[in-house]
Amino acid sequence: MTSVFLLAFLVVIAVAIVRMRDLLAVSMLLGIYGLLSASFFVTMDAVDVAFTEASVGAGISTLLMLAAITLTGRSEHPTRHKPVLALFVVLITGCLLIYGTLDMPYFGSADAPIHLHVAPHYINNSMQEIGIPNIVTSVLASYRGFDTFGEVVVIFTAGMGVLALLSVVRRAENITKIDSINDSMHAEYLILRIVVKALIPFILLYALYVQFHGDFGPGGGFQAGVIFAAAIILYAMLFGMSTARRVINQSVIQFFAAIGVLLYGSVGVVALINGKSFLDYSALSADPVAGQHLGILLVELGVGLTVASVMVIIFFNFEGRRDVLQSQENNHKGDN
Amino acid sequence: MLTHLPVLQVIVPLLAAPLCLLLTRSRLVWVFTLIVSGLAFVISGLLLQQVMATGTIIYELGGWDAPWGIEYRIDQLNALLLLIISGVSTVVLMAAHTSIRKEISPDRHSLFYILYLLSLAGMLGIVATADAFNVFVFLEISSLSAYALIALGKDRRALWASYQYLIMGTIGATFILIGIGLMYQMTGTLNMYDLSQRLPGVENTRTLFTAFSFFIVGVCLKLALFPLHLWLPNAYAYAPSIVTAFFAATATKVAIYLLIRFTFSIFGLSFSFTALPLQLLFVVLGLAGVFVASTSAIYQTNIKHLFAYSSIAQVGYMIIGFSVSTVTGLMATLLHMFNHALMKSALFLALGAVMYRFGSVKINDFHGLGRLMPYTMAAIVVGGISLIGVPLTVGFISKWYLLMALIEKGWWPVAVLILIGSLLAVVYVWRLVEVAYFKPPVAGNEAVKEAPLSFLIPIWLLVSANIYFGIDTRLSIQVAQAAAHSLFGVSP
Repeated sequence: MTSVFLLAFLVVIAVAIVRMRDLLAVSMLLGIYGLLSASFFVTMDAVDVAFTEASVGAGISTLLMLAAITLTGRSEHPTRHKPVLALFVVLITGCLLIYGTLDMPYFGSADAPIHLHVAPHYINNSMQEIGIPNIVTSVLASYRGFDTFGEVVVIFTAGMGVLALLSVVRRAENITKIDSINDSMHAEYLILRIVVKALIPFILLYALYVQFHGDFGPGGGFQAGVIFAAAIILYAMLFGMSTARRVINQSVIQFFAAIGVLLYGSVGVVALINGKSFLDYSALSADPVAGQHLGILLVELGVGLTVASVMVIIFFNFEGRRDVLQSQENNHKGDN
Repeated sequence: MLTHLPVLQVIVPLLAAPLCLLLTRSRLVWVFTLIVSGLAFVISGLLLQQVMATGTIIYELGGWDAPWGIEYRIDQLNALLLLIISGVSTVVLMAAHTSIRKEISPDRHSLFYILYLLSLAGMLGIVATADAFNVFVFLEISSLSAYALIALGKDRRALWASYQYLIMGTIGATFILIGIGLMYQMTGTLNMYDLSQRLPGVENTRTLFTAFSFFIVGVCLKLALFPLHLWLPNAYAYAPSIVTAFFAATATKVAIYLLIRFTFSIFGLSFSFTALPLQLLFVVLGLAGVFVASTSAIYQTNIKHLFAYSSIAQVGYMIIGFSVSTVTGLMATLLHMFNHALMKSALFLALGAVMYRFGSVKINDFHGLGRLMPYTMAAIVVGGISLIGVPLTVGFISKWYLLMALIEKGWWPVAVLILIGSLLAVVYVWRLVEVAYFKPPVAGNEAVKEAPLSFLIPIWLLVSANIYFGIDTRLSIQVAQAAAHSLFGVSP
């Protein structure tokens, strides 16, 4: 029953997102969509996925979307043509998807193929082979650790792509100008600033908890990295980019993004050197289960490092662009 | 260390990418990237040798047995692809340092190499893996880096082209993911070999039909099959020259590899060709692609556009070979993948040299090019001849096998149409030859000099490969034949 309500809400919000022209409202609705999806995943007992969806879908992606809107402006350009062909294609796709559900095993049925083939092995053997209570983490970080390595590289790639397209070379004179803009802009948000200042240590602490608690409960490097980055982004939003840049150096952040991937990879390479397969953590210690523990801890740390750094890189470069736009505008005004 | 070759093939460029961020000077990063790519090429050569000698190599990642963990399986088919990708990448990179100096601002040079390595590693990963979801992960790596690389083009329209590619490519990747997800739901496994064992049990379900349809459409978007090719011309035309040369030779081939792998090795021949009328569909769309794209190529004034349209036409030939679904037909497709990679990398690299000297590749720049840049223009002529399919070039070999396959099958009208399609290639190549050798240079261009050696060496390496593999076909035909035989499950 709950899931029917949640799904109904999802449909309503999806339609609203399509109809809206105000992009600020759209990004807020997208955040709600993410939160609803997360709740839906919880009702399906997929707490790890729900956690990721809550921190990524409802959290950081809304922040990044907002940062993008400050660059592009908040209203969508009205389109003149009616995309009839696109509607037709979408309808066919939708019909085919519904057609595909007709022969699907019922949700939660015990004799569905996904419960009979690979999954039982994970459930029965994970404790002896890897020795951590959270099976999701053992699948993610060890059985299918190479996929997770790939996902970290995907995030790293996204960060490098943003850097390649948006990074601006900063000049010394610009920085002082931007300083004054930022300081005047943020003077009024006094209450928010104080509240956030009190909150940030707790957010950071919570991120660390999520990072190191992934073996036992829902959590892990992806969620922790995103939460950590959210704290930094929050700081940057309320205290101005120039202050944030003084705390967090761009090139240091890039360095950390690379180190995260390299840490994950080097755990694999150590296994290679010890004569085992790539990412075989049991090579890390004399006792295979202890090796698995250590390996998972290290690779999750790598994930957290890269994810947090890349999120900060993306946000900082969006904001950096805005500074450039603003100083251009100011120059124009000065000329007039 | 030899037993680790399959994984080293992918992780060497993958781990080299973040290492580049720690190096600072552009020239140093270039040398490092070139060495890494060269290393990948050596590894792929060793792998191919090993596969041809001893058969399929299996490598279990993380030390977990197959359906529970992820495994790499290298057979003749993907060994050939690995060789093509890493080989082209290495040769093209030789000219990168010279070329991007004119096309990309200096502060982005190391980012360019990082994205290039990620793209290379992504493609190698897609090809090497035997796990359906792992395919998607590496597809994301290669696609994301591709979008960023294309957007780095000097022309501002590169951004728009990259955006269009991003939307189309993401739809394609999502469709592939939906296909893989539904396959997992029906079988409970993601391992390709395991899937091929378990899929026949659920063959008659509507869910599997949906999975197959989504997968085919997604892959056809990625391989730019007519009429899903609209993203390709602009993406190739406005990307930096090096990127175009690399992608034109490899990106669509990777998608065709996926098509072959999933239809032949996973869904199985009988299911694939009966669930959807693939044979008819692909012959018609392939032929339409050949004719529409070749005709469009004739009317282009931007020469990068011209050869991008020609790429779509060549994909048409590969798809026709695939649709014949005989050993010879598949051989023709594989040979054409190998040969077309050699042609297009040579041609686009030569265009890169023209771009280096003129700053654009408009047809006007080609006036009198035969005198201004004789070696570059000669390379374009040889590449063009190969594209048409004249004997003693690689283009002839693949066209010959394609015609043989069609005649064996009794598809005479298709064979005739393919010959007519080749005549269209004569028209668009001749246009270039005519202006380059029979027209004087446009005013202001008379002082242009030949391209530097850093361009000429890789260009002529590729051009000589075009001629060498057109005469000594032992390597390409042997591997293609072995791969086709093993895919059809017949012993040679």
